[in-house]
Amino acid sequence: MAEKNITVTLRVWRQANAKAKGEFKDYKVTSTTDTSFLETLDILNEDLVSKGEEPITFDHDCREGICGMCSLYINGHPHGPATLATTCQLYMRRFKDGEVITVEPWRSAAFPVIKDLMVDRNAFDKIQQAGGYVSFNCGGAQDANAIPIPKEKADLAMDAATCVGCGACVAACKNGSAMLFVSAKVSQFALLPQGKAEAARRAKAMVAKMDELGFGNCTNTRACEAECPKGISISNIARLNREFLVAKLKD
Amino acid sequence: MSGIFQSSIGRKLVMSITGLFLVLFLLFHMSMNLVAAFSGPAYNAVCEFLGTNWYALAATAVLALGFVFHIIYAFILTIRNRKARGNNSYAVTAKPKNVEWASQNMLVLGIIVVVGIGLHLAHFWYKMMFAELAGMENQFGATDGAAWITYWFGQPAVAAVYVVWLVALWFHLTHGFWSAIQTLGWNNNIWIERWECISKIFATVVCAGFIIVVLGFALGIFPMFNSPVCGA
Repeated sequence: MAEKNITVTLRVWRQANAKAKGEFKDYKVTSTTDTSFLETLDILNEDLVSKGEEPITFDHDCREGICGMCSLYINGHPHGPATLATTCQLYMRRFKDGEVITVEPWRSAAFPVIKDLMVDRNAFDKIQQAGGYVSFNCGGAQDANAIPIPKEKADLAMDAATCVGCGACVAACKNGSAMLFVSAKVSQFALLPQGKAEAARRAKAMVAKMDELGFGNCTNTRACEAECPKGISISNIARLNREFLVAKLKD
Repeated sequence: MSGIFQSSIGRKLVMSITGLFLVLFLLFHMSMNLVAAFSGPAYNAVCEFLGTNWYALAATAVLALGFVFHIIYAFILTIRNRKARGNNSYAVTAKPKNVEWASQNMLVLGIIVVVGIGLHLAHFWYKMMFAELAGMENQFGATDGAAWITYWFGQPAVAAVYVVWLVALWFHLTHGFWSAIQTLGWNNNIWIERWECISKIFATVVCAGFIIVVLGFALGIFPMFNSPVCGA
């Protein structure tokens, strides 16, 4: 498909700071079909800066779908209309010429807006710090193949570990629940022998932190799974429920 | 066990266990109703057998507790979830595919079911078990369930309300059943689709069983044998 020019109206959420009242503002921007959505925002920002206006604040970093920094709720979908892709992997060819594209920040009580489209996702870091790790003593590393791990288990753990912690699950959930994220982080360790040792403590600590930070309760709508750029399955949530309930019953 | 019910998963566990308990009750109730489709006297024998003996009363009390916990926790969870969602709603929302409509409207469906239960208790339980306990007299008596069924479902408006109620119940069950299993953690990549399928089949069997009886009486087809049912 040949590259074409595309002119769209971006209806962007502008909010000066965390306490300010935000509102939508319309911006007309011309880009090309082979330009990424974030680059189109860059083009718009350059234009705003040259006019002496405040550029739009949005999160981004690697721009290759692996860091989990980009967010944006585009036309009713976290990370936009593409499936299994982050916002930085979204291209303008997904949109029609003349289309009005609504761009909003993640909306959840646990992810307050910092400015414009940027939200505070520190809550995820706090959940990770509560138990999303494996602790072991220092010393020489063992041979990687010293502990046999079934291929299926390794694959499931790797699938869970592909979660980049972007928060799209929370943004998509009508309950503002972080269960998909927490379940992926619990599963990536619980499935492996190295992580199994601390599985009970980890599940309890991470769920307790998740609840404390004000995330909602999962009602199994599967919206998170459908919108997750990494395709994390809600079977991880079943595993988290299992790990947590068994751990609590043993207490 | 410490603090399990103060956790999000613990609260969901309450919904799951009470929900599954109510699912079992529905299966039992539906099976009992099917008896009425065949024979009035046989159905009345069931009514008399259950009647107001201590086992039936104890089971009714436990059942009521199941309902109460399920409903209270539904509201507790909804309030907490609304709070977690925050005050700012999205300007544009799109329902992703694979998301069932029922799963996002469980509270509304549940409220329809509860209103239906209120009506149903007034129609039958109040006239039967309650009347027997309170020693109240009424037109058909406390154990002539078949007569009550014929009386109520013979009224097209009542039958229509029951059908609407049961359709709402169908939607509630298609999500509720597998969701309860998921909350218990009894799921994986393979079983998730199986449980969703089982959920739909179960909801269809239970609700069809109820609806057939309502429509059968509304149309005057039921009971199929030895009518008149009242023995009059």
